[in-house]
Amino acid sequence: MSAPTGITRATLLKDLRLEWRSKDAINSMLFFSLLVVVVFSFSFDPTAEESRQIAGGLIWVAFLFAAVVALNQTWAREIRNQVLDAYRVSPAPANSLFLAKTLGNFIFVTVLEALMTPLFIAFYRLHSLGPEWQLLLVAIFGTWALVVNGTFFAAMSLRTRSREIMLPLLLFPISIPAILAMVQSTTAILNGEGARFWIVLLATYDLVFTTVCLLLFETVLNAE
Amino acid sequence: MKKVFPILVVLTGILLSYALYQALVVAPTEQTMGNVQRIFYYHVPSAWTAFILFFVNFGASIAYLIKRRPTADIIALVSAEVGVVFCTVVLVTGPIWARPVWGIWWTWDMRLTSTLVLWLIYVSYLFLRRFSSSGETPLLAAALAVLGALCVPFVYFSIWFFRTQHPQPVMGGGGSIDPRMMHALLINWLAFSCFAFLVCWSRYRLEKLQREVDHAHAMKSLLEPHGSAR
Repeated sequence: MSAPTGITRATLLKDLRLEWRSKDAINSMLFFSLLVVVVFSFSFDPTAEESRQIAGGLIWVAFLFAAVVALNQTWAREIRNQVLDAYRVSPAPANSLFLAKTLGNFIFVTVLEALMTPLFIAFYRLHSLGPEWQLLLVAIFGTWALVVNGTFFAAMSLRTRSREIMLPLLLFPISIPAILAMVQSTTAILNGEGARFWIVLLATYDLVFTTVCLLLFETVLNAE
Repeated sequence: MKKVFPILVVLTGILLSYALYQALVVAPTEQTMGNVQRIFYYHVPSAWTAFILFFVNFGASIAYLIKRRPTADIIALVSAEVGVVFCTVVLVTGPIWARPVWGIWWTWDMRLTSTLVLWLIYVSYLFLRRFSSSGETPLLAAALAVLGALCVPFVYFSIWFFRTQHPQPVMGGGGSIDPRMMHALLINWLAFSCFAFLVCWSRYRLEKLQREVDHAHAMKSLLEPHGSAR
C-alpha cells in the first residue's frame, strides 16, 4: 500500500516543483480566462442585475477552456526523453501515475479559480443570494469532474494525430452533464434557489467517472 | 454465408416497400397535423434503431476490452457508424416535422437536447477512431465507448431535471393511437432494423477486407528485400 502512494506523492511533488519553477500552466490559464472574461463583457451589459443569471455559465466556460490549456500540457512533458515509455516498462502501478496527474491538475485549476473568482466578482458585481459554502462544494466537485476526465482523455489524445485539438473534442461531449450541473447549481445558488439536486448529481458523476477512469487507465496507458 | 446476403437484401427491399406503403397509404391521416405527421413513421423507427446500435456498440466495446478479439472491435466500429447515421436522420426529420407543427425548427426540449448530446458523444467516438494510429485505435475507442455509454444516464437525468424546470412545448399529444398507425410504425421499425443490419453487415465485410489488405501490404513490405522498393 505504501509503494503506490509513495509513487503518487513523488510524481505529484515533481509536477508541482516543475510548475512552481516554470509557472507555464498557471500563467497561460490565468491569461486565457482573463481574455474570456473581457471578451464576454462585450456581449452583454456586465454590470446589469440580470448578469447574475448568466454568471454561472460564464465562470464555468472560462474555467473549462482554461483547464484544457493545462490538461494539454499534463502528459506532454513526459513524452520528451521517453519518460512515459520508461514508466510503462517499470513495475509502478499505472493508477498511481494517473492519481498524481489528476491531483496535480486539480491543484492547478483550483489555484486558478481562487485567483480568478475575486476578479469575476469585481467585474460583474456579483453577490450571492444563497449560501456561499455551497458554491465551494460545487467548485470542488465540478473541478474534480473536469480534471479526472480531462487527465484521462489527455492521456488518450496523446496517442492521436493533432492531439491538442483532440482533447476538447473528447472531453466536452462526455462532460456535458457535469457542465450542466455546475452551471445550473452556480446560477441557482447565486439567485438564492436550491441546488441540492445538482450537487448530488455532480458528486455521483464524480464517483462513477473516477472509478471507471481508474479501471481503464492502465489499458489506455499500455495500448498499442 | 455469401448466399444469405442477397436473400436478405431482397427481403429487406420487400419489407421496406411494404412499410412505405403502410406509412403513406394505409395509415390514416392525422386529424390536426395532416400528412406531415407521416414523418413519424421514419423519425421514431430511426431513433429506436440508433439506440439499439449504440447499445450494441457498448456491448461490443466491453467484449473487446475483456477478450481483445478484432471481431468485437469491428462490430463496435460498424454499429457506431451506422448508429450515428440513424441518429442524424432523427435529428434532421425532427425539425422538418416541428416547423409546420410547432412553428419552430428546434426547441431545447428534453428529448431533443439529449438526442443531440448522444449524437455528439458518438461523433466524438468516430473522431477518435479517425485520428488515432491504427494499432491503438481499438483499445482507446473501446475505453471511450464505455465512458460514453456511462454518460448517457447522466445526460438523460440532468437534462430531464433541467427541462422540467421550464414550461415544455406540447409534445404530439398523449392518448390513444390508431391501431393502423401503430401497425405502420412497427412495420417501419422492423424494416429499418433489417436495413440497418444489412448495412452493418456489408460494412463489417468491407472493414474486414480492408484490414486484411492492410495486413498483406505490411507483410509484403516487411518481406521485400531492401532496395528493391526503389
